[in-house]
Amino acid sequence: MNRAWRNIKAIIAKELKGYFGSPVAYVFTIIFLLLSGFLTFSVSHFYEAGQADLRAFFIWLPWIFLFLVPAVAMRLWAEERRSGTLELILTLPIRLPEIILGKFLAAWLFISMGIALTFPLVITVAYLGNPDMGAIIAAYFGAFLMAGAYLSIGALTSSLTRNQVISFIVSVVICLFFVLAGWAPVTGALRGWAPLWLVNIISGFSFMTHFVTLARGVIDLRDVVYFFSVMGFMLFANAVVLQNRRAV
Amino acid sequence: MIEVRNLSKSFGEVVAVDNISFNVARGEVLGFLGPNAAGKSTTMRMITGFLPPTSGTAIIGGHDILKESLKARNLMGYLPENAPVYGEMTVSSFLDFCAEIRGFSGRNKVQRKNEVIEKCFLKEVKHQPIDTLSKGYKQRVCFAQSIIHDPPYLIMDEPTDGLDPNQKHEVRTMIKEMSKEKTIILSTHILEEVEAVCTRAIIIAKGKIVADDTPDGLKARSPLHGTYRARVSLTPQSGEDRLNALKESDGVKDVEVLARRETQLDVRIYPAGQLSANDILGILTNAHMEIESFSVEEGRLDKVFRMITT
Repeated sequence: MNRAWRNIKAIIAKELKGYFGSPVAYVFTIIFLLLSGFLTFSVSHFYEAGQADLRAFFIWLPWIFLFLVPAVAMRLWAEERRSGTLELILTLPIRLPEIILGKFLAAWLFISMGIALTFPLVITVAYLGNPDMGAIIAAYFGAFLMAGAYLSIGALTSSLTRNQVISFIVSVVICLFFVLAGWAPVTGALRGWAPLWLVNIISGFSFMTHFVTLARGVIDLRDVVYFFSVMGFMLFANAVVLQNRRAV
Repeated sequence: MIEVRNLSKSFGEVVAVDNISFNVARGEVLGFLGPNAAGKSTTMRMITGFLPPTSGTAIIGGHDILKESLKARNLMGYLPENAPVYGEMTVSSFLDFCAEIRGFSGRNKVQRKNEVIEKCFLKEVKHQPIDTLSKGYKQRVCFAQSIIHDPPYLIMDEPTDGLDPNQKHEVRTMIKEMSKEKTIILSTHILEEVEAVCTRAIIIAKGKIVADDTPDGLKARSPLHGTYRARVSLTPQSGEDRLNALKESDGVKDVEVLARRETQLDVRIYPAGQLSANDILGILTNAHMEIESFSVEEGRLDKVFRMITT
C-alpha cells in the first residue's frame, strides 16, 4: 500500500514537472482565467445584475471545460505512445493502475489549481455584497468534480490514440453529449416527443443536470456519486484499453 | 538465468516471432542479430513485459513475466530502441524518478543517482532538460536508468545506436565489465560489436532462430575460414611461372588471385587438407615467392550473416 502510494506520488511529481516544463500549463491557465473573467463580467453582466452570488461565473464552466479540459487531457497517454516512453514506463516495476491514477490525479490537481486561481472573483463578490459563502464553496466543489469527470473522458480518448488532435476532438464530442443531455433547450425538445421517464434518464446522465444543483449551493449526495461514478467508469475503461493492447 | 520458452507474436496475419526458445545464463552476453523486421525488438519487448506474447513466455530469474510480472520487472534493466526519455525533465530529475520507482529513497537514492551519473559521464549535463541534449547524451541517460538499480538482468536494444566511435567504445567497455556479474542480452546491427562484446550470438530472421553460436563459431562457418591470404612481390618475368608453380604445389587445393599489380600479387590460398600456417609459409617460400604480408583467414561475420539470412 505504501509502495503504491509512493509510486503514485512519483508519477504525479513527474507529470507536474512535465506540465510546467512546457507552455501548455501557462497557456491553459491564462486562457482559462481570461475567458472565465470575460464571460462573467462582460457577457453575463455580473455588475449590472447586482446579485451577490457567482452564478454569472459558474454558469459558463461546463462550456469552458468542454474545450479546455480535453486540451489538457489529450497529451496524457497519446504523448507517451508517440514518444516511446510508454515502453519505458510499462517495463518499470510499477502497476498499471498506479500509473493511471497518478496521471489522472496530476492532471486534476493542475486543473484544480487553475480553478482555484479564480479566487479574486470570490473576494470581489464578498467585498461588494453579502454572498452565501456556503453556496459558493459548494459550487466550487461541484466545479472540481465536474472538471474531474471531463478529464476522465479525455484520459480515456487519449489512451486510444497516438494522435493528440484525434484525442481532443473525440473527447470534446463525447463531453458535448454529456453536457447537452441535460441542457434546457435539449431536454425541452425531448419532452416534446419522448415519455417523461426517458427524458429524466437521459438528462440524468448529463454533467449539466448534476452541476446545476451543486452550483446553486446544494450538495446532493446523488450528484457527488454521479461525478465519481463517471470518473470511476472512465478510468476503469482507460485501464482496460491499456491492458488489452495487443501491439505497441 | 533467462529462459525464453516458445515465444511467439503475431500482429493479425503477420507472424513477427515464430516459436523462439533459448536460455541465457549469468556471465553471458548474448547478441541478437538479424535483418530489420526479423523480430529482435519484438522478442525483447515480450521478455521485458511491454508486449503480451501471442503464445509462450519468458522466465527471468525464476519469475514468469506473465504470472509474476512485477517481480520479473524488478530484476531487469531495459534500454528500449530509440532510447525513450521524458524530454521535459532534467537528467537529474528523470533519474530521480526512475530511482524512486525502482524502490530507492532518501540518501540512498541520491547516492545511486550520482553514482550512475558519474558512470555514464552525465555530470556536465546533470541539470539540463533532456530535450536539449544530443542523441549521444539521450542514449546515455536511458542507459543510466537501465543500470541505476544494478539489475542482474540487462536487456538492451541497440545500446550504441547513434553514438560516435569513442562513445561506442565507452559503452562496450561498460557492458563487458558488467557482464561478469550479470546476464545480458543486447541486439545490434554492428557486427564488430558482436565480436567485441558478445560471448554468444543468435541470428534471427523472419521470426525464427537461424543460428545460435559463439562469434568464433559463426565465423568458422564461412567457406573462407581456414584459408590464407598473402601479398607477394614478383617481377613481371617470373610472375606467371611462380604462380603456376604455387598452384601445382602439394598441399594447395587452389589459389585465387585477389589483386594483381605491377610488382605485387594478392592471393588467397585454399589448403588441401589440414595444413598449418607454417606449412603454407614453407610452400610459398619453395615457390620462390617473396612474402610481403601473410594472414590466416578466420572468416568474416558479415559474409556469414549474409549467407545465413538470405
